[in-house]
Amino acid sequence: MRKSLLAFSLLALLTGKAFAADYVVDTAGAHASINFKIQHLGYSWLTGRFNTFDGKFSYDPAKPEASTISVNINTDSLDSNHAERDKHLRGEEFLYVKKYPIAKFVSTKVESLGAERLKIFGDLSLHGITKPVIIMAEKIGEGKDPWGGYRVGFSGTTRIAMADYGIMTNLGPSSTHVELMLNLEGVKQ
Amino acid sequence: MLKNSFRQYGWLSIAIHWLSAAVVIGMFAAGWWMVELSYYSPWYKDAPHYHKSVGILLMCLTVVRIIWKVSQETPKPLGKAWEILAARATHALLYILIITLFVSGYLISTADNRGIDVFNWFSVAPVGKLFTNQEDLSGIVHEYFAYTLIALASLHGLAALKHHFINNDNTLVRMLTFKKHKEKK
Repeated sequence: MRKSLLAFSLLALLTGKAFAADYVVDTAGAHASINFKIQHLGYSWLTGRFNTFDGKFSYDPAKPEASTISVNINTDSLDSNHAERDKHLRGEEFLYVKKYPIAKFVSTKVESLGAERLKIFGDLSLHGITKPVIIMAEKIGEGKDPWGGYRVGFSGTTRIAMADYGIMTNLGPSSTHVELMLNLEGVKQ
Repeated sequence: MLKNSFRQYGWLSIAIHWLSAAVVIGMFAAGWWMVELSYYSPWYKDAPHYHKSVGILLMCLTVVRIIWKVSQETPKPLGKAWEILAARATHALLYILIITLFVSGYLISTADNRGIDVFNWFSVAPVGKLFTNQEDLSGIVHEYFAYTLIALASLHGLAALKHHFINNDNTLVRMLTFKKHKEKK
């Protein structure tokens, strides 16, 4: 381990370039969150999150468009800080988590927009339906952590129409779309 | 006559019995209807509020009922040995089902540490989250136990009618009147 790290550092030094590395999203330490928000009646934002998920990505700062990422979300871990509403949102009228326990995002293409900004194309599977979405992401930071590891973190958002995923329950004209916000810190493997 | 005797029910038992019956049927109908309400229905917030409020009050009434029941005699059941056994089992199950409905309903609404407001009159404190997916599991129990309670209560009602019209005995009459009745048979 030490040797390969040393070799890697030397190589990086010599070439002046980093290499695409694999990262695992730090759900163990909870330095990651998957949040959603939806308007309530058009008067305010309701926010919630999914507490259980996992993800991994590969990233090379020198070649960001070669990055890939996949995230799996346990839909029954939905938490909007209101048990009765969570029960309702997990039920058949919304996420139907008994039938569709996993939601998933897998990237297909990444475009670099410069200034640490990425446009991540991919497929989002939710409620049994898979559709392409674009996540606008931004690198927050990267570097060594105080405990001997190496981390990089991103924040990304996308917006989906509930009807696109077959969720037809009417919550009103201002509440047809859900915004998803992902904050993912990865630990280099 | 306030109290039960060996032969018949006192008025308090009769009153609690029929009040509970009416409330249970009403609660079942309300529960069935309210889960289908659209978000923009004027009842969307009020119906669950009343359902929970009435549920808590029915729970209080049921506590009184059980204390009252064990504190005195129960009229002697009429019918054949198997009928008496079936009736006892049904009565016990009805109590178990309704108590489970109180507990499961409470666990749904309090899983996030929110209390239950009873008609904005008083609030029942939460005990919080006792197990994972508490609101979902309690919801499933609440739903299926409600169906079972209504099915068993229907059986209970049919059995009373059978006693009245077929066996011609006092089983139903003594739950309707608290005057002294002579045994028909």
